[in-house]
Amino acid sequence: MELTQLSIREAHELLTSKQISSVELTQAMLNRIHDVDKKVKSYVTVTDELALEQARKADERIAKGENVTPLTGIPFSMKDCISTRNVRTTCSSKILENYVPQYNATVTNKLADAGAVLVGKTNMDEFGMGSSTENSGLFTTRNPWDLDRVPGGSSGGSAAAMSAGLATFTIGEDTGGSVRQPASFCNVTGIKPTYGRVSRYGLIALASSFDGIGPLARDAYDCATVLEAIAGHDPYDSTTYQSPVPNYTANINKPVKGMKLGIPKEYFVAGMEAGVESSIQEAIRQFEKLGMEIHEVSLPHTKYGLPVYYLLLFAEASANLARMDGTRFGLSVSDGAKDVIDIYLKTRHEGFGDEVKRRIMLGAYALSAGYYDAYYLKAQKVRTLLRRDFETAFASVDLLLAPVSPTTAFKIGEKTSDPLEMYLSDIYTVSTNPAGVPALAVPCGFSNNMPVGMQLIGKHLDEQTLFQVAHAYQQATDWHKQLPPL
Amino acid sequence: MTQTIDTKTVKHVAHLVRLGISEEEAQKFSGQFSSIIDYFNMLNEVDTSNVPPASDIANAENVLREDVVQPSMSHEEFIKNAPQSERGYVKVPTVLGDE
Repeated sequence: MELTQLSIREAHELLTSKQISSVELTQAMLNRIHDVDKKVKSYVTVTDELALEQARKADERIAKGENVTPLTGIPFSMKDCISTRNVRTTCSSKILENYVPQYNATVTNKLADAGAVLVGKTNMDEFGMGSSTENSGLFTTRNPWDLDRVPGGSSGGSAAAMSAGLATFTIGEDTGGSVRQPASFCNVTGIKPTYGRVSRYGLIALASSFDGIGPLARDAYDCATVLEAIAGHDPYDSTTYQSPVPNYTANINKPVKGMKLGIPKEYFVAGMEAGVESSIQEAIRQFEKLGMEIHEVSLPHTKYGLPVYYLLLFAEASANLARMDGTRFGLSVSDGAKDVIDIYLKTRHEGFGDEVKRRIMLGAYALSAGYYDAYYLKAQKVRTLLRRDFETAFASVDLLLAPVSPTTAFKIGEKTSDPLEMYLSDIYTVSTNPAGVPALAVPCGFSNNMPVGMQLIGKHLDEQTLFQVAHAYQQATDWHKQLPPL
Repeated sequence: MTQTIDTKTVKHVAHLVRLGISEEEAQKFSGQFSSIIDYFNMLNEVDTSNVPPASDIANAENVLREDVVQPSMSHEEFIKNAPQSERGYVKVPTVLGDE
């Protein structure tokens, strides 16, 4: 029995039947991190001491049989943009390299209350700006399936850690594909929930109207377990839904026969890697075998998703990152500064990487006098059309299926010289965030020995259907059980 | 429509976001911005004459709560991340200069 490769429910079963302790499980995880992560480089910070302390407390809870949840004693990691009190939270940026928050994100508190054990914080593209972790201001994470390739991004550290058996589950964040694309590149299951389902309090914001915290895990069942624990209304985030969080796992075994699965034709165009396309087609046949009805649908504004997403993201990010100014927290470059503006200019010049600089400048451009109508406002109008596309499609089908990415994981360095080329790798994931709908990435095959992922896209607040359909698929297939040759 | 973003414009937006920038950087970004903005101009193909801009995602309700005093972070804790502080205040150089 390899402790580090257990699913949440396998580990829970062993913990509650007292066959293992959380301290043993956590120590095994920490040992593996200190061994394997030298190669993968998925962790920015490993929290050995805190983890063992939390594990001891979890063991006490289990011994007393008090307040034991499905996550009690389970080791997890978290993307380094989610605030953890007294644990460094860097956003993988030089500007926050030594920043230690004084408070926890709501998600951090919820997981601590559930008794989960934080083993560390994972690497990402700086402030979530990227699709490969190559934009991390600290270091690049490697794909456990091929160390010369990227793990995807921006939650690349989370996905790589999950894939390499360096956490039993992990928390990522998805603004335009940042959970789904790395999940797909690393052969793990991950969800971007409905916007407003999970509190963003304590998440260091990239684009506030797109950002969504979601879990990556071994399978859809485990993702459902974690989402149950972290979702829900939060008085500290006024965009969270008041409606109660469903018990996803209780209904996950319900049959999928007769459900209507929509295939958006605009996602199947030239440019997709042959092995990706054939894996997706194979998955569609599998859903047919499960008794689902397959319907072609149209999302006519799909090709505009990328410019809409990036323009609005640039604009929101340029405002959100204004707080990184070198005066209240984080890096401060004040040598020779003659006034406070000078501190801003120097600190931000030194602290931000090129991609961050590009995006906040382009955001200011899209918002500036003379360009606001042509770019920002235009993008918000086309965003309305993108949302209507999904509404129209969901009038006739229960959920949609699309590839996560047109290719499998690319080589490190392959796309770093051309920012636009890197943006284009997000073409299939960006449309869901401006529309706010949930999407679940599920492993569905391999192309040239690298993992391929599909995404199931659902109606607002209908994560239940996504979990149910993905669970049925994972009962019938074993792609998600394949482990990298580390 | 091809649109070039010259180094003057790059320096202008850099100043808007309070970002120090060198001449070489301005030149590099100028080329990159032109190709990115050029790509974004595809939005001009879309007829949006009768389309309202999106303003919220899904959850457009006012959220109100009672204004009740609750425990919060101590002052000391609150400013402990400030690079410079004095007598409980965040300290910065001159804000209002000669300009």
